[in-house]
Amino acid sequence: MNTALVQAKEPVPPAPASEAPAVRSEVAVPATADGLRIGTLAALPVATLIALAVHVAVSKSEPPIDTRSYTVFLGSVLGLSIIAVLVQPAWAGLRRWMAHMWPILAAFVSLLCTWEAITSGFRLLPLPYFPSPASVLQSLINDRKLLFDSTWHSLFLLGSGYAVGTVVALVTGICIGWFPHARYWGMPLLKVIGPIPATAWVPLAMVVSPSGTVSAVGLIALAVWFPVTMLTISGIANTRASYLDVARTLGAGQKYLILRVAIPAALPNIFIGLFMGLGTSFLTLIVAETVGVKSGLGWYVSWAQGWAEYGKVYAALVIMAVFFSTIMTVLFKVRDRMLVWQKGVIKW
Amino acid sequence: MVAPDSAIVEGSSLRVVEVTKSFLSPDNSDSRTHALDRVSLDIGAGELVSLVGPSGCGKSTLLRLIAGLDSPDSGELRVGSETIREPSAERGLVFQDPNLFPWLTVRRNIEAGLVARGVLREKRNEVDGFMRLVGLETFGAAYPHHLSGGMAQRVALARALINHPKVLLLDEPLGALDAFTRMRMQDEVLRLWEARGATMLLVTHDIDEAIYMSDRIVLMTPRPGRIERTITVDLPRPRQRNSADFLRLRGEILELLHFAGSSQEALPA
Repeated sequence: MNTALVQAKEPVPPAPASEAPAVRSEVAVPATADGLRIGTLAALPVATLIALAVHVAVSKSEPPIDTRSYTVFLGSVLGLSIIAVLVQPAWAGLRRWMAHMWPILAAFVSLLCTWEAITSGFRLLPLPYFPSPASVLQSLINDRKLLFDSTWHSLFLLGSGYAVGTVVALVTGICIGWFPHARYWGMPLLKVIGPIPATAWVPLAMVVSPSGTVSAVGLIALAVWFPVTMLTISGIANTRASYLDVARTLGAGQKYLILRVAIPAALPNIFIGLFMGLGTSFLTLIVAETVGVKSGLGWYVSWAQGWAEYGKVYAALVIMAVFFSTIMTVLFKVRDRMLVWQKGVIKW
Repeated sequence: MVAPDSAIVEGSSLRVVEVTKSFLSPDNSDSRTHALDRVSLDIGAGELVSLVGPSGCGKSTLLRLIAGLDSPDSGELRVGSETIREPSAERGLVFQDPNLFPWLTVRRNIEAGLVARGVLREKRNEVDGFMRLVGLETFGAAYPHHLSGGMAQRVALARALINHPKVLLLDEPLGALDAFTRMRMQDEVLRLWEARGATMLLVTHDIDEAIYMSDRIVLMTPRPGRIERTITVDLPRPRQRNSADFLRLRGEILELLHFAGSSQEALPA
């Protein structure tokens, strides 16, 4: 993969999958080109079948309306996995994907099955705090409109807060990292204000700002601002002096030195800051929604908890997991694209 | 292998007058290290001069002063009739480490000087010529970490040459290369020098390289950095590394630098 730039002329051969690159870096999976082992192939359908059997057994005592969706869900997984097993001998791409994903999917289904056995099956955990996967799925489906709205609100808050915080952080970080005067005056301020967790400002934010939304955006921006600024400063300030010397002997002025030498050199650091900022922004988002803004996933969780509808709480947690990890993945993709020149220099 | 506009003398004369430079010692802030002590040097337009001497003799310091990256404590440096005050695209500098910008492709690295001066649009057609000149026309889209040491140094040379510098400063540019690549690169640098006619000042610790390449060799001694002696190399070009005259000159220089070995008592004071 690393040499793809140099050898871009050669088309990548579709799949003598013996060295499937997607698999190589991961945990060794006992499967390769010539076919998957029977054990691997059977893993997901068997696991799903067991889960389905457990589900049918435990749900006899419950009203069918609460459990039908989960039955349909497990049934679809079973059907799709069987189709995949049948199709894979003729489809190398699918086979590679299966070699990689099958064990983990099977483990996931087994986990669902265990969860259901513990909750609805043996009733080992107290209700309503620990609902079964079937009722979580049912809550997810019943409340889909409100959940969708909440997700949308959260996305809006997070997006605006993160964008504002990042832009401000890049400006302050580049100024403090590059100009000695800005460093002298800015650094003490940053060192004193920065480490305060953004959520600690909640009381002040609620008093000062005109609306809950504005204060939430401000808090999220603050949460992103500190790590991104710090890492930008260190990236800019640690630009290799010889790069700057070379640029100056090539006729570069201040503008070129900042925009085309210091910033690209600092970019790997800046991305570390962006990842750290993303983590703190998730946290701040949920806190801000819980105490201030009356919408979004954070608000939904505390609202559902107020009604003791724990199925909905878990449904919101599932949405959050998907939501946050998707955003994380997007940031990884952006980084991979912007730092493509680093491939082969450092271990990712 | 045709240079963009071949056999034009682009070089300009270089004059170093009584230059002194000292640095604060890193371990003791009260004492100063005298890197250069009243150094004077005259280099004609289009001349290729080598600076040779043990480490700490101020060769690289002198080069940084000429590049304008540092300023002298006293004395003056001039290119043509202009006093050197700050770095300029007229004085290109190539380090031992190629220092290519890792975030730019080979082609963008070579273009960097044009972008920095804001003349990329007018001069873009020259880029291909310089990529050919250093034999890298097929590597335009590669990133620096894909290149071998010799290739990276060729890119660094092309990047410095694209601004048509009047003076090209080379700070041990071939020092990190293996012996064979190094000899091939010496020929390439000579070819570029002959094609472009730039004035070149080459810092090296390799005496063979100095004799093989330069019109004159300036020997420097350390603590404080001074010019010990200047030797004119009168051998006809292209030079033979194993000719009798070459070896005789080599012996003389080694003796001057006190590295000849056998005749310790015959050394000059």
